[in-house]
Amino acid sequence: MTAVAAERRSWVVQVMGLPVSLHVRGEGARSDPAVRRAVPVVFGRLRLADRLFSPYREDSEVSRIRRGERPSGHPWVAEVLALCELARERTDGYFDARLPGGFDPSGLVKGWAAEQSVAALPDLDGFDYCLNAGGDVVAAVRSAASPAWRVGVEDPRDRSRLVAVREVRTGGVATSGSAARGAHIVDPHTGARPDALLSVTVTGPSLLWADVFATAAFSRGGDVAGWVRARAPGYEAFAVGPDP
Amino acid sequence: MRRIAIAVAATVSIVVLLFSYHTSTNSGGLPVAAGQPRPVVRTTAPSSPAAPSSAPSSGSSGASGTFAGAAADTQYGPVQVQITVTGGRITSAQTLQVPQESGRDIRINSAAVPILNQEALTAQSAQIDTVSGATYTSEGYVQSLQSAIDAAHR
Repeated sequence: MTAVAAERRSWVVQVMGLPVSLHVRGEGARSDPAVRRAVPVVFGRLRLADRLFSPYREDSEVSRIRRGERPSGHPWVAEVLALCELARERTDGYFDARLPGGFDPSGLVKGWAAEQSVAALPDLDGFDYCLNAGGDVVAAVRSAASPAWRVGVEDPRDRSRLVAVREVRTGGVATSGSAARGAHIVDPHTGARPDALLSVTVTGPSLLWADVFATAAFSRGGDVAGWVRARAPGYEAFAVGPDP
Repeated sequence: MRRIAIAVAATVSIVVLLFSYHTSTNSGGLPVAAGQPRPVVRTTAPSSPAAPSSAPSSGSSGASGTFAGAAADTQYGPVQVQITVTGGRITSAQTLQVPQESGRDIRINSAAVPILNQEALTAQSAQIDTVSGATYTSEGYVQSLQSAIDAAHR
């Protein structure tokens, strides 16, 4: 038996309409007061992001924008709006928050919020952590001695199986596809629901951009790996297509 | 060091209980919980006699048996899954109990239960820490490998 498990603890909270799990690894993960301080901060940030950006909340900033009202001055709103525009440019419009049904930045907000929730938290500095927001993962390790986080990628044809395992030390893994919620991704260029691929997984330094490019590449189809590599240096993509 | 805090290779069986509303008019002898899961822990014999030099009484690693049942509503009947965690990784899984009262339940079983088994066994060979996939719904999460992994480290 070689497996010597590091001390580790998980927390799971339903937020943004998703099960979000946080895993903290390292000596003291189960007892250190710093971890106990950090955990509510992480989930609190996610709840705030939900209040600001959920299209399902009447009083969210996104709902205000959809009604043609001015958003309030929360700094996250300006940040997300700017990121949506940047994402549209970087993906040649294959990611676009201005959907036929109205403004909806959800495709970017989830990855952004997950990343934001664990960013700049000195209380977690001494630990490895891994946050999984409904299938999108942001992970970090504290030192070169820490093992990587092993991220299994679901097979969209059979969610009980894995198609790949990605080792991530610090960065993100995002998968977009239609396996879980049916066809909900819309090609911004055509309004059509892409069906050439079953899923696209992108790995890279930032979950935000991994998520944006996974969604965009799923819409675009074609040479997913080549397109993402060219458009987003440092990011790797692979697609799962339907059986021939 | 960290090593000391680990009950090395202690094999702990974890029982994850998934509950939901009644899917059949009679869920007869099945332990349908009201709201909260009732987790059951069974510690089995260690799989190897590896003797930690100073075994702490309460293992502090995620592998040492801390757990809770996955709490969520699902449209499936009560399903009881036992996963075995060794050294922080899922090494096997078996379904202890599934609803068998009605035709509807049987139909669900044939769909849901093999998935639960396969998921964990696939994870065994892959030794994964977490799962990336198309966005889970809450319902999908209950049946998911991610849910089992989360439960094993709670």
